[in-house]
Amino acid sequence: MSELTLGLERAGLQDLYRSLCLTRAAEERLELLQKQGHVTGGLYRSLGQEAGAVGAAYALRRRTDGTGDMLCHTIRAAGALFLFGGELIDYFRQYMAKGTSPTRGREANVHWFDFQKGFVGPVSPLGTMIEIMAGMTLSFRVRGEDRIGIVFYGDGASSTGAWHEGLNFAAVQRCPMILIVENNQWAFSTPTSKNTRVSSFTEKGPGYGIDAEAVDGTDVLAVFDAVRRAALQVRSGGGTHMIELNYFRRKGHAQHDPQDYVDPAVIRAWEKKDPLDLYRSKLLHNEWASEDELVAIEEETFEECRVAAEAAIAEPYPEGTEAVTGVYTDVPTPHPWTRSSSPDPTLA
Amino acid sequence: MDPETPEHLLKTKRGEPVTMLEAISEALFEEMIRDESVFLMGEDIGVYGGAFKVTRDFLSFFGENRVIDTPIAEGGFTGAAAGAAHMGLRPVVEIQFMDFISPAYDVITNYIATSNYRGAGPQPLVIRGPVGGGNRGGPFHSQNVEMAFFHTPGLKIVYPSTARDAKGLLKASIRDDNPVIFEEHKGLYRAPSLREVLPDEDYVVPIGEARIVREGTDITIVTYGAMVHKSVEAAQTMENEDGVSVEIVDLRTLLPLDEDAIVESVKKTNKLLVVHEDTRTGGIAGEIAIRVSEKAFEWLDGPILRVTAIDAPVPYSGPLEDYFLPQTEDVLKAARYLAAY
Ligand SMILES: Cc1ncc(C[n+]2csc(CCOP(=O)(O)OP(=O)(O)O)c2C)c(N)n1
Ligand SMILES: [Mg+2]
Repeated sequence: MSELTLGLERAGLQDLYRSLCLTRAAEERLELLQKQGHVTGGLYRSLGQEAGAVGAAYALRRRTDGTGDMLCHTIRAAGALFLFGGELIDYFRQYMAKGTSPTRGREANVHWFDFQKGFVGPVSPLGTMIEIMAGMTLSFRVRGEDRIGIVFYGDGASSTGAWHEGLNFAAVQRCPMILIVENNQWAFSTPTSKNTRVSSFTEKGPGYGIDAEAVDGTDVLAVFDAVRRAALQVRSGGGTHMIELNYFRRKGHAQHDPQDYVDPAVIRAWEKKDPLDLYRSKLLHNEWASEDELVAIEEETFEECRVAAEAAIAEPYPEGTEAVTGVYTDVPTPHPWTRSSSPDPTLA
Repeated sequence: MDPETPEHLLKTKRGEPVTMLEAISEALFEEMIRDESVFLMGEDIGVYGGAFKVTRDFLSFFGENRVIDTPIAEGGFTGAAAGAAHMGLRPVVEIQFMDFISPAYDVITNYIATSNYRGAGPQPLVIRGPVGGGNRGGPFHSQNVEMAFFHTPGLKIVYPSTARDAKGLLKASIRDDNPVIFEEHKGLYRAPSLREVLPDEDYVVPIGEARIVREGTDITIVTYGAMVHKSVEAAQTMENEDGVSVEIVDLRTLLPLDEDAIVESVKKTNKLLVVHEDTRTGGIAGEIAIRVSEKAFEWLDGPILRVTAIDAPVPYSGPLEDYFLPQTEDVLKAARYLAAY
């Protein structure tokens, strides 16, 4: 195949489309589940941002035996989580707070972990995961492993102290880490211009002494290409690297946010840059896939989501008493005496 | 021409009942009218009106100099609030969820709390925001933060349980020359049962004074925040089913603690149960127990007991969180044990 395909074969090119469709179908399924009352807590869409997560993760070394690259995704990077082996059904279990979820109902949505597969779920406090990924990748460097780490964060998160401290640490220690700045132009209701004075995050790179570049985040191949090149450099001892993805958050911060602070004309304009539509046309135009193949992918991913969600719905919530387990590895947390059958606290 | 006061901030003026959230909005609004040095900072408080809409329409009324949408930098803007306070402004900082106050822990405990003692002058600022569980928010949107700051001399900590107290205490906090951490329980924000008609006058509720929610003779329950309401439920059941009379003390301010109110009540009932939503170990019950031991040991006719959340992070799934949080039945069980003691 040509230059255009960046070394990807037909199957790989179609894989990317599958991941894009899977991300969107999973989120659309969640919206449906939420309407039916199955979702616990907030629901966050990545509409318009799917290509960033998919293109980036596809460029990394994904393994299942704990020797591959490490990913820290965000709420808007579910596509990366799926590519790293995060199971669709676990995604639904997490959003439904089921006892069968990877965190057994203790944590929400994409906040889950599998170090064998190579992903560490985020925590809510923004910025923290840069510090964590700096340390993970420091361990790769000091042990001489050729693994790298990739950590996603939004434009807003870049204002936190943790972001700066973590990135500076990584840069100084030449940690093999790629920072993806998901610049979707909004942080909740705050535009990027109120989180930073620079017009591009790439301007921050030199301030930390690291390379930084910006990519069209709606173009899955462009993202794949940028991350693939960055990964080569980082893996061969080039130190920390920053990639800014430029795109737009086409839904509210979460489902409960009607985003009436955003000009609807701007949202409509970005609809024309839908990453799935763009890539679909490219696949057809270059004859990397036939219409039938694409329809099959679309139907399969829709069906996978439907089946996984149905299965998750049928599963149980955790037992309340489970709340006391696992706080420490060794020290048990006592059940409160008011929950024991004896009314006497001295016997508990 | 001055912009018109937004309709939804005039409910008390119109004699309509308000929720706790509306009471907080009114307090902020009235204080900003009263004192030009009062201004607000926080994430998404301007254009959006705050994650919980506490400052809805404030930006259009007061303008960008007094309602500042900040970058996501709790440490940075809380520090900046301290600087502004030195220069005579009276900042009110909103932390979107109080769980995210932790990046500001350094500047609050090391700088702000020690300022007056170091001779750098008072720090008249308020750091306020939503706390508490029951909303399936998981470990990072549900915590109570009082005990992370309780151990820091120089801070005041306020935690109201009613609309009336929230308004009066927030006004008092803004007028106070000391730094105040002001906790607002999410579950109480819009609770219909808490709607009440507030006095249409400029009132404050003094910091440092507990309130007797209900008088009783047999047991004292000392509590605060959302647990006040669960304790009242339990007390009513006790009265109806057991003929036991429970006195409930709502602390309202945690620091400084109203020791007199606690001791006085214990001397009357001779039995003490402390109920808090915060986790058990290092919760305020421990401090209260030792103070009662110091001041009213001879009056006690039973062990001092506590009902609290369990020592774990706040879990997300419904059954886990319900088990984690203290429930009315837990209060009942403990109170019945004490009553029979
Ligand atoms: C330290 C901290 N402060 C506040 C929040 C609340 N919060 C959650 S997401 C968010 C906006 C994040 O914007 P951005 O980083 O641009 O990510 P996006 O939602 O656009 O993907 C805020 C303020 C938080 N999670 N952590
Ligand atoms: Mg953003």
